[in-house]
Amino acid sequence: MNRVEQIKRTFLKELEEVDTLQGLEDLRVRAFGKKGELTLLMKELGQKTPEERRTWGAELNALKDVLTTALEARKEILEEGCLKDQLASESLDVTLPPHARPRGKIHPLSHVLDQAIHIFGQMGFVVAEGPDIEEDFYNFTALNIPREHPARQEQDTFYLPSSNGQPLVLRTHTSPVQIRTMQKNPPPIRIIAPGRAYRSDYDATHAPMFHQIEGLVVDKHTHMGHLKGCLEEFCRLFFENPSLKLRFRPGYFPFTEPSAEVDISWKGESWLEILGCGMVHPNVLRNCDIDPTTYQGFAFGMGLDRIAMLKYGIEDLRLFFDSDLRWLNHYGFAPEARE
Amino acid sequence: MRFTLSWLKEHLETSATLDEISEKLTNIGLLVDKIKNLGEVLTPFTICEIIEAKKHPNADRLQVCQVQTGEELIQVVCGAKNARKGLKAVLARPGQIIPSTQQVLKVGKVRDVESYGMMCSGEELLLEETSEGIIEVDSKAPVGQSYAQWLGLDDPLIEIEVTPNRGDCLGIHGVARDLAASGIGKLKPLKTEKVPGTFPCPLPLSVDLEACPHFTGRVIQGVKNGPSPKWLQEKLRSIGLRPISALVDITNFFIYDRCRPLHVFDADKIKGKLMVRTSKEGETFKALDGKTYTLSEDMTVITDDSGIISLAGIMGGESTACDDTTKNVFLEAAFFDPIRTSITGRVLNIFSDSRHRFERWVDPLSTLPGLEAATKMILDLCGGTASKIVEEGTPPFEEIEVPFLSPHLESLGGLYVDSLEVEKIFTALGFKLLEADNGYGLIPPSWRSDIAQEADLIEEVLRMVGYNKIPSVPYGERPEKKPLDSRQERRFAIRDCLAGQGLIETITWSFMSEREASLFGGIPETLLLNNPISQELNGMRPSLLPNLLKAALQNQNRAHETITLFEVGPQYFNTTPDGQDLVAAGLRAGFFEKSWCEMKRPVDIYDAKADAFALFDLIHLCPQVDPKGPNWYHPGRSATLKFGPQVMGYFGELHPRVLKAFDLKGPVVAFEIFIDRLPFLKKKTTAKPKLELSPYQPVDRDFAFVVGASVSAESLIKAVFKADTSLLYSLTIFDVFEMEHEKKSIALRVRFQSKDRTLTEKEIQAISDKIISSVAKEVGGVLRQ
Repeated sequence: MNRVEQIKRTFLKELEEVDTLQGLEDLRVRAFGKKGELTLLMKELGQKTPEERRTWGAELNALKDVLTTALEARKEILEEGCLKDQLASESLDVTLPPHARPRGKIHPLSHVLDQAIHIFGQMGFVVAEGPDIEEDFYNFTALNIPREHPARQEQDTFYLPSSNGQPLVLRTHTSPVQIRTMQKNPPPIRIIAPGRAYRSDYDATHAPMFHQIEGLVVDKHTHMGHLKGCLEEFCRLFFENPSLKLRFRPGYFPFTEPSAEVDISWKGESWLEILGCGMVHPNVLRNCDIDPTTYQGFAFGMGLDRIAMLKYGIEDLRLFFDSDLRWLNHYGFAPEARE
Repeated sequence: MRFTLSWLKEHLETSATLDEISEKLTNIGLLVDKIKNLGEVLTPFTICEIIEAKKHPNADRLQVCQVQTGEELIQVVCGAKNARKGLKAVLARPGQIIPSTQQVLKVGKVRDVESYGMMCSGEELLLEETSEGIIEVDSKAPVGQSYAQWLGLDDPLIEIEVTPNRGDCLGIHGVARDLAASGIGKLKPLKTEKVPGTFPCPLPLSVDLEACPHFTGRVIQGVKNGPSPKWLQEKLRSIGLRPISALVDITNFFIYDRCRPLHVFDADKIKGKLMVRTSKEGETFKALDGKTYTLSEDMTVITDDSGIISLAGIMGGESTACDDTTKNVFLEAAFFDPIRTSITGRVLNIFSDSRHRFERWVDPLSTLPGLEAATKMILDLCGGTASKIVEEGTPPFEEIEVPFLSPHLESLGGLYVDSLEVEKIFTALGFKLLEADNGYGLIPPSWRSDIAQEADLIEEVLRMVGYNKIPSVPYGERPEKKPLDSRQERRFAIRDCLAGQGLIETITWSFMSEREASLFGGIPETLLLNNPISQELNGMRPSLLPNLLKAALQNQNRAHETITLFEVGPQYFNTTPDGQDLVAAGLRAGFFEKSWCEMKRPVDIYDAKADAFALFDLIHLCPQVDPKGPNWYHPGRSATLKFGPQVMGYFGELHPRVLKAFDLKGPVVAFEIFIDRLPFLKKKTTAKPKLELSPYQPVDRDFAFVVGASVSAESLIKAVFKADTSLLYSLTIFDVFEMEHEKKSIALRVRFQSKDRTLTEKEIQAISDKIISSVAKEVGGVLRQ
């Protein structure tokens, strides 16, 4: 066996045994390094006869190719193994909590308000606003509720010290916004007025502060059929039940005539009262200098808190205002990306 | 208002079932609250008779009774003192459920003696609130019959809600009239029988017609008062009224039967002259409820020489009350003004069936017929002879004509109704119809005070036909406008933004306690409630923070370490319509929690600043930050945010004094932003400026400057910018720490980049030198060695 063959055998055998990248590098240097066996043989080639150079040269080149390929192949295997080891040592517990930013919540009443505005917005209503502290005139008198009216006594009104002889109240409903809107804008009018309202009452279904959403339409042709259509659409969309049944029955409000109470069919078992409405009372229009023989329209009012309680199965109104983080986290909504 | 089905049928001829009647009531506006049938529950309890009652051999307080059930003789052990031989009682047999306890009765041994039933008390059968002993049934009652049936209790009790405008339906006759008009039956007319007086009324009377526009009465002599007959007692009991005596029961009957309040005085107890007048301040009156009331001016009262004997239309007095010995009675029927009655009742806080009706309108033409009908019943039940009637004033009623144009039914009510139907409805409701062009002139009946204009008439037709008959019309043309203007819309974006910051939205009361408000600028007197629900909620809040701090405390007490809350709501500074500000306020208390692998740290003002600035990012504007917020903040750890002179809000750490007052564990940081004051960028462009990127390598240089402790980061940055900004690409503060001798170190990383070349070391050195010298000059900073 010649030297070339011997080198090849030894090298390939050792190559098989080498199991670290460092060992592999050492082996490479032993063959191809400055003093490597193959390098030395190549140097010897110069001293050979041309005949020998040809045959030897070819042999040596072939050896070089074999060794290089074998080295590369071995290197690949060793590197693969190394990476595996590295990955194995780097594994993490994927069940630990993520690096989440703490997320906040939107109060269910804000969410419900948003939904209500969206639905009424689709019907062409725009939002109007008014102050929480109202003159007696806007809260009662202009709404056709005279001083000694029984309806006035049924509302437990919060009073503030009178200002210039005018009694001041915390509005007992958002209806004063109707009056302010009609005084400022000529018909046609189509508004909703959401906001805080106040009555001196405190139990599971009454809070001294609650939220109302009021609606008002004044034009020349809107009648009770439209009122029914509008509220049916609202309730069905809001409660996400296209076949929700509504019951309109006669009711009494000083500021509407005819007046109606609206019940919704609840789980097919009973009727639940959810809102009051009616055609705007001619006296109310007159109080705002609108001619009731030309203009007419409807008004409605409902408790936002109440419809939120129904929709989300919340049983105690007081909890809306209790700031209990556990409750807020449970009943609150993730902030949505808004346009 | 409540009545039984059988009582209703005394006024309404109908073949309708209870369900049909109930549905109709609700549809015409007399909402059925509930229908109770006590009889159904009580039917199995029968009348029995105690044949023998002997002492229990082993117990002093018990008796062993032999009881006749009507079918057999059984043994019952009874603990009631009033159980005795010959008594008729109400028997429960094993297997029956006792209404008060809902327990099933079993055969049992009571101290070794077997008992095959139980004799019940009124309490056990839910007929009385408390009972002493077992029910004593009338000796004439038939043994073996259902007690409920014998009492007339097997009759459904219907409770309806009557709206304040419908006083006429506070009498069963009025309810029947409404039902008849809805087409469910026929109204039976009231019997109107006059009782001629046989002698002049012996009581002298004077009436101030200001106090009472129409007053009538008469004396009935020689009556015999005592328990009323069984049918009347049953009737009253069936609607939950306690029978008292025949004379009183008769007046109660007419209140419910036809909404006609009456009053009976024992004529022998009236001293001297009867007067109807207005009260004087400070007069006192002892009412039938046993309480003494001190009156204010101008209440309508009935007096005799001894003083006030009745509070007109509200409650009679003790001194002239009828009792079993009453022989001569003065019967009063009058019209009392709704408003006066209402004020008196409210001021004195007296509730009565009579007040409830007078303040809602009692038919002014029912005074004399009511007096006659009640006289007739008194004579029938108590005997006696009636005097002539005394009458002062006249019924305050004038007919009015309200025009009704038929087409308006459809144009306002949304429903076409045939004119025959319309006429039928109004006639049945008691209106007089006058023919007119295209409609009618309608004269409302005296018992309706709520009909003044056409809309009222339209409601009458609609409710009788049924609102459910009005066809729904889809509403709303497609909108031209958005429902929210940009300011309103932004409030929702602000909520989302703060929730995105990790804050949880809450809603707290608009009011708070005046005492706690003193730390937040206080509440002016004009914003204190006259009638707060409690002293804790007696004024309109000057800031949202106090309520949020209270909320934080509550949550701290529930062991929450980290509290993040915000509210968007009003605060108040005066009572004018513009006297409230819409504010977004938030707080963070305790720790800023990241995740399990990072150390949690206490919150600091930069957290609150981040929350506040998130809102300014929304409007693409950066506010001025002036040190120091209002005095509820830490003076050295708070700031006021401004645009020019206008305050937009504050942020900072809460003042230790505030934390102490609220008993809160710190640190607590907060912000308040007046969100409706935030401006809008004038030009809203959707296009963004062109992005210019440099292909050349940026170079970073770090500078750590030592400056005086009071030098602000902002002034240091300004100093850097003053040097040279042409090549400065970005600047960040990456380290701040305090040093000895009132110094601190602020470390900056500055990135340089040119748009047209690679910067040389020389160039960078030159800029750096300029920065260093500018910092030295402007804020006295030197590079840290």
